[in-house]
Amino acid sequence: MSDITKQSLSELVENIKSKKISSSEVTKAFVERSEKSKELNAYITEDYANALNKAKKFDEKPNLDLKLPGIPMAVKDLFCTRDLRTTAGSKILNNFVPTYESTVTQNIWNEGAILMGKLNCDEFAMGSSNETSFFGNVQNPIDKNLVPGGSSGGSSCAVAAQLTPITIGTDTGGSIRQPASFTGTVGLKPTYGSCSRYGIVAFASSLDQAGPMAQNVKDCALLQEIISTYDEKDSTSIDFKRNEYSKELTKDIKGKKIGIPKEYRVDGMPKEIEDLWKKGIEYAKDCGAEIIDISLPHTNYALPTYYIVAPAEASSNLARYDGVKYGFRAEGENLIDMYEKTRSEGFGAEVQRRIMIGTYVLSSGYYDAYYLKAQKVRKLIKNDFDDAYKKVDAILTPSTPSSAFKIGEKTNDPVSMYLNDIFTVPVNLAGLPGISIPAGHDAKGYPLGLQIIGKAFDEQNILNIAYAMEEKINFKNNINDWWIK
Amino acid sequence: MSKNKSEYLINRHDNQYEVVIGLEVHAQVTSESKLFSTSATKFGAEPNTQVSLVDAAFPGMLPVINEYCVKQAIKTGIGLKAKINKRSVFDRKNYFYADLPQGYQISQFKDPIVGEGKVILDMPDGQKEVGIERLHLEQDAGKSIHDLDPKNTFVDLNRSGVALMEIVSKPDLRSPDEVNAYIKKLRSIMRYLGTCDGNMQEGSLRADVNVSVRKKGSKEFGTRCEIKNVNSIKFMQMAIEYEANRQVDLIEDGQTIDQETRLFDTKKNETRSMRSKEDAHDYRYFPDPDLLPLEVSDDFIENLKSEIPELPDEKKKRFIEKFKLSPYEANILVSDIETSNYFENVIKKSDVKLATNWIIGELFAALNEKNLEISDSPISAGNLSKLINLIKDGTISGKIAKTVFEQMMKGDKDPKKIVEEKGLKQESDPKALEALIDKVIDDNRDKATEYKSGKVKLFGFFVGQVMKVSGGKANPQLVNEILKKKL
Repeated sequence: MSDITKQSLSELVENIKSKKISSSEVTKAFVERSEKSKELNAYITEDYANALNKAKKFDEKPNLDLKLPGIPMAVKDLFCTRDLRTTAGSKILNNFVPTYESTVTQNIWNEGAILMGKLNCDEFAMGSSNETSFFGNVQNPIDKNLVPGGSSGGSSCAVAAQLTPITIGTDTGGSIRQPASFTGTVGLKPTYGSCSRYGIVAFASSLDQAGPMAQNVKDCALLQEIISTYDEKDSTSIDFKRNEYSKELTKDIKGKKIGIPKEYRVDGMPKEIEDLWKKGIEYAKDCGAEIIDISLPHTNYALPTYYIVAPAEASSNLARYDGVKYGFRAEGENLIDMYEKTRSEGFGAEVQRRIMIGTYVLSSGYYDAYYLKAQKVRKLIKNDFDDAYKKVDAILTPSTPSSAFKIGEKTNDPVSMYLNDIFTVPVNLAGLPGISIPAGHDAKGYPLGLQIIGKAFDEQNILNIAYAMEEKINFKNNINDWWIK
Repeated sequence: MSKNKSEYLINRHDNQYEVVIGLEVHAQVTSESKLFSTSATKFGAEPNTQVSLVDAAFPGMLPVINEYCVKQAIKTGIGLKAKINKRSVFDRKNYFYADLPQGYQISQFKDPIVGEGKVILDMPDGQKEVGIERLHLEQDAGKSIHDLDPKNTFVDLNRSGVALMEIVSKPDLRSPDEVNAYIKKLRSIMRYLGTCDGNMQEGSLRADVNVSVRKKGSKEFGTRCEIKNVNSIKFMQMAIEYEANRQVDLIEDGQTIDQETRLFDTKKNETRSMRSKEDAHDYRYFPDPDLLPLEVSDDFIENLKSEIPELPDEKKKRFIEKFKLSPYEANILVSDIETSNYFENVIKKSDVKLATNWIIGELFAALNEKNLEISDSPISAGNLSKLINLIKDGTISGKIAKTVFEQMMKGDKDPKKIVEEKGLKQESDPKALEALIDKVIDDNRDKATEYKSGKVKLFGFFVGQVMKVSGGKANPQLVNEILKKKL
């Protein structure tokens, strides 16, 4: 079967279950394609030999009752994986091999999936283009020298280029949805507290959330029902009734009320994005949904709020990388000197910039003006959504204010880079679920995504809306395998 | 040093200075496991053998609150008659140090678990109330060991993450003696509650001491200095004395006091500047996003209230009312839970008055001499009770009892057996005593005549002779009676 890597996750699962193909055949196909795709730089650490061994073992004694029977998968290198190097895209963890497994990845292996390797990402997930990775930038399979988005850029690249049938990313301010949008794939950021943060290298604890990335909505739903579990090891994990999202998936969204927030019509938004949004509204109507204009008045303050809260938490979360216990250490004259050299050499420029911003906004004398104020605004942003959800079931917006940009285009302009998160960040601040689905192309033929935002714990509803719209949109990715010689 | 016996004042020239002291006590919570991880907390374990991935701050590790530690803190709050806050928040206190793996300590800053309370001190001239400002939960750091290697520092993370209660007093203390009484009372309350073992040698109880001075009668507080991490009452008292005098000297010299953090050098008996206010750390406190605010219900608190045992103040009251002890005696007996339990066990079957005297007198002296705690007493409460009954029923005299007691201190032996084996039983047979007395009178005819002619003082001489002849075993009361008749 030469077209194994073109199959969706659901097809692969079905074919393995019906014994049409073996796990070894599937794993071999994705490993071979991954090996031919080194130019994309999607992987930080490859574990192909182990993956092939595991596939062989699976085939010897296959358990076909599992949800991911012998399915190979690469994951973002922010998830700690037992005995396999976990770097978070940083030099400071270049040599770090965990002795433990994150809850999310453990859930995946428990369902029979096989780890192929660790995918590239922005350093400590801080970036929107995968250019801050210590391990180099990632190519967007859509076009050479195009960023795949970030921070889950290796993940979006690997799914779009079919190096892995499915993957997981993490999303602190848009790090799943924006790269999905840039690569014509589907990415879900679940409700905060849905997926355990245990064993995920922390960026901003109150915003971080793991989520699935896939080629279609159904695959995304299946992975979400696997990774979302209540976990006592994460105090912010929430014990709520979780659906079997893939089984309860339906295209019947007749009568669903979908809100269109006027504040998302930002100044300078390209006409292409405006047009895409209009098209999205038409698709939703075609599916039987009712469109309602709503207001989220504090939207303008979301980005500045995010760029106070996230760096503040990051500055504290990253204090543990000090060269004392594990990871990279630069020798120094004394303890302070060792700290300074280790952290100057171990962290890249963007991470250092955010540590400095975070340290500043938490300093005594500035705390009230920045951090405390930002927390208050965050509450107002959440209240906006609460008010809106009295009238609507979900909200439809563009995923990003533009399509993918060129590598190097924004590296010297952090603010313009930050502006990329304008539509995704409010969702993290409010702790809500959001999904990005591919919905069209811009003039250059680059994919564009639409975002559907749901009520807390209402993943099923936005998955259903996405599922229904997906059919109407009938999106096709134009990937010509330009990197394969 | 001061005119009023109870007042601690520092005199310089014509000025009298009052010393104002507040304490921040760090008490280790008695708990099998740490505040946010399941690692053990045993003292004296091999370095780095009680460290989890959470304690060592590995990537992606998250804290999970230990409910038992929360209960212990609330119980302590109840023992301090304090307000229990149903909602409290854990904050991060950020600073870098090699023995602080996370790069921050999880503590409580703005919203502690326990609010205002009080502690009553029994001072020689009456009771004194000391206000408690707050009690909060926090993690301990690890230990840096600098003296094992000339170039390297070693780090032991066994303590990292161990639960501490920081108990902050109001600046209500006025003398080293009050500090002594305060620490002892706090320790006593926590030992009654089983929330902190109060073991200062093992570092379970240590304090930061805030000291300032002001002219007597002044209402304003002086500038204070904080003496960090003092780990014995004696050192606290020495540090306060040194620091207060240092501050007075500065003021008398026309200088001002800088607000600063100081260290107490126990070898030189002096405090030294560690860092000034300007150099103080900016800890960048903010709520820990890995932990939700801690919320406890009324039921939760009420359940804990029902588990609170009788505390020293209430016990003292009961001892005075029920057993007619003096406040002095009651104070001594309730000061430590082990002592009060011992006392109550002894008096179950024996006389209260005698028990009180024997415990406070003989037993304490003997234990002190051997440097033993009452829990290690060679004499069990049951056997002391038996000894007291032997005295009470006249089997042995008080004097003989002391001999028996000495024997008992050498190993827990039944006093009845000692009396029997050594033939120490009191002679209370009137006939045998009469014969003895007759002989004594006979041997001292001249003195008997003198007595009869009015020299009544000689009665004591005859008693002494009878006791001597009997080897101390004659029942003194009977000897008195018979002698009176015979003479």
